[in-house]
Amino acid sequence: MEPLIVSSSPHVYSKDTTARIMLDVVLALLPAAAAGVYFFGGRAALIMVISVLSAVMTEAIVQKLMKKPVTISDWSAVVTGLMLAFNLPPTVPLWLPVVGSAIAIALVKQAFGGLGHNFMNPALAARAILLAAWPVYMTTWADPIHGAMGAVNAAASADAVSSATPLAILKGLEGTQEQLPPLWSIIVGGTRGCLGETSDLALLLGAAYLLWRRVISWRIPFSFISTVALLTWVLGPQGLFTGNAIYHIFSGGLILGAFYMATDYSSSPVTPKGQIIMGIGCGIITSIIRLYGGYPEGVTYSILLMNVAAPLIDRFTMPRIYGEVRADV
Amino acid sequence: MGLKVFGFKGGVHPLHRKEGTQDKAVERMQAPKLVYIPLQQHIGAPCEPLVKPGDRVKLGQKIGQPKGFVGAPVHASVSGVVKEIRQVPHPAMGQGLAVVIENDGMDEPDESIAPKNLESLGVEELRDLILEAGIVGMGGAAFPTHVKLSPPKDRKIDTVILNGAECEPYLTADHRLMVENPQDVVDGLKAIMKVLGVERGYIAIEDNKPDAIRAISDAVKSVPGAKVVQLKTKYPQGAEKQLIYAVTGRQVPSGGLPMDVGVVVNNVGTGGGVAQPKNLLVRIGTTFRDVIDACGGLVGQPAKVISGGPMMGIAQYTLDVPVIKGTSGILVLTKQEAETPEPGPCIRCGRCVEACPMGLMPLFISAYALKGDYDNSERLHAMDCIECGCCSYICPAKRPLVQSVRTAKRVITERRRRAAAN
Repeated sequence: MEPLIVSSSPHVYSKDTTARIMLDVVLALLPAAAAGVYFFGGRAALIMVISVLSAVMTEAIVQKLMKKPVTISDWSAVVTGLMLAFNLPPTVPLWLPVVGSAIAIALVKQAFGGLGHNFMNPALAARAILLAAWPVYMTTWADPIHGAMGAVNAAASADAVSSATPLAILKGLEGTQEQLPPLWSIIVGGTRGCLGETSDLALLLGAAYLLWRRVISWRIPFSFISTVALLTWVLGPQGLFTGNAIYHIFSGGLILGAFYMATDYSSSPVTPKGQIIMGIGCGIITSIIRLYGGYPEGVTYSILLMNVAAPLIDRFTMPRIYGEVRADV
Repeated sequence: MGLKVFGFKGGVHPLHRKEGTQDKAVERMQAPKLVYIPLQQHIGAPCEPLVKPGDRVKLGQKIGQPKGFVGAPVHASVSGVVKEIRQVPHPAMGQGLAVVIENDGMDEPDESIAPKNLESLGVEELRDLILEAGIVGMGGAAFPTHVKLSPPKDRKIDTVILNGAECEPYLTADHRLMVENPQDVVDGLKAIMKVLGVERGYIAIEDNKPDAIRAISDAVKSVPGAKVVQLKTKYPQGAEKQLIYAVTGRQVPSGGLPMDVGVVVNNVGTGGGVAQPKNLLVRIGTTFRDVIDACGGLVGQPAKVISGGPMMGIAQYTLDVPVIKGTSGILVLTKQEAETPEPGPCIRCGRCVEACPMGLMPLFISAYALKGDYDNSERLHAMDCIECGCCSYICPAKRPLVQSVRTAKRVITERRRRAAAN
């Protein structure tokens, strides 16, 4: 008889694996990816493919060089590549996603120890670096080929002009005279913006799937979005309680950021209370940047700043253990 | 039923896999030719043997006497002749001294096991009877029952809970006991309530055993102050501290015992790799091999043999270990079922934090333990871990969480012991 396996209990495991969780995130992003292609055309698809491929290749090359096991089959590099593409305007030159993916994987993820050790969301950190290095490429918005803004502005603008996003219009930036697009087009898609953030409807569909699969919890997205809604409504441009909270919720990258980026496991707190603090913190910073800062959009920086605070938040929000006798009680 | 259903925070929902045996009546297994009765079947010091090779023993005769208060005597489970006293494989300790008895098949009972009338016995008599009978708990430690029933004077006990949760997957022995012998279970509760002078008794059962809840509810009507509590089906519902919280809303203080909150918990009372999974009534000292043969033998190569359930049971290195008092089931897993997954890096998903019924953060305790930083493991309450295994079960990266916490606990205990000695 073969020797019996002797190991410490438990002897059974749940079916969930790291790879399955990452695959779930990819599946959840597909409707929004499809919406990106529908509204921005074949170039959007090209950017996504290039971004994903270069992310996966960077991971394999770096792991080979560092003589570590190559773990590209865990889908995590695919998630990062796709997330990065979602955060790029559809007009960027095709080498930009290559550089971005290399930064995200090599610098932000692998240099700090790989999966689970990155202290910032890799895709967002890469976006921030790209935005600083190539600000013009990163803020040149194309008009969608379908949708409200496309139809309204198609005659006036060429394919790639630095036209305003709804948030820029909301903020009154660049002396723009453009009208805000109708709310339905902001929710369904077809306004200017990054590839993946155009259709909130598609993003929410994927988010519902992630919540149902329990890949993410409601804590970070819910607290993030409600904080933004509250602050942008209270601190309105014409005085207290005059803000346009609905437009703030559905414009820009809030839905994408709240459900898919701020919920990144490695760079967000693990404690339930900590996750709510993370969401509220992101909401406050996003609102301040959007209302008073130099940029029309603040989701990226708010998440990155709260990423850095996550270890500290974990430390101060340790759950009360069963039967704990606290000195102060 | 109209009963309120109680639960606790955290926990996991493994497939309960009780279909194989939950409707199978308990069968009496024929006593084997040889029984191996370990002299240590519970925490505490081992028993001194009261017999020597060549002695004839009767069924139920005391053959081992404990040296300390925390201990319970062991008895012969067959009548026959003591062949030898030697080291045998032990299901919880690797090796242990055991009395080997050759069964003469007569089942000649010892005088001491005559049935007594519960009503006519005094409290002290009853407690002595429980001590002499060597009754122990069915939890991992097999804690002697008489110790639980002798609380210090300054501890006021007001509640007794019988634990019929049986939350481990596969196991159905307690379930069948409650369905088939509800009166015995209720009599046990009555005896414990009498010894402790307690008015309030609960029998807690998970709501996936409606037939057991029905049977016990009927039987318990005769006992004033006693009732059935329906629990949510969730692992580890049967863990003592989680059970106490679910039933009474009280929390056992960190480092404390249930009696600190006035509660005493007692237990009410066998997978894929065997041909006919069964619920068997087995003589103590029967080897796992004999029990498995009684279930129609093995199907193919066994990869893992577990004493207990799959969440907290102990993997065995041989089939020659004997059944002891605390053996709640024998589980044989096939190669496919026993596969230990390759661990990956922690992705900080926080599922272990959500699953921990003690409110700990397994990922951090484990990370410190793996680095040898046991001080920080201790600071994060490693010693409060009840080793239920929820964290390792739920971990998508398949990290050895509870396993490394266990290592930390052992080191910390050792350090405390040494510090106390100095």
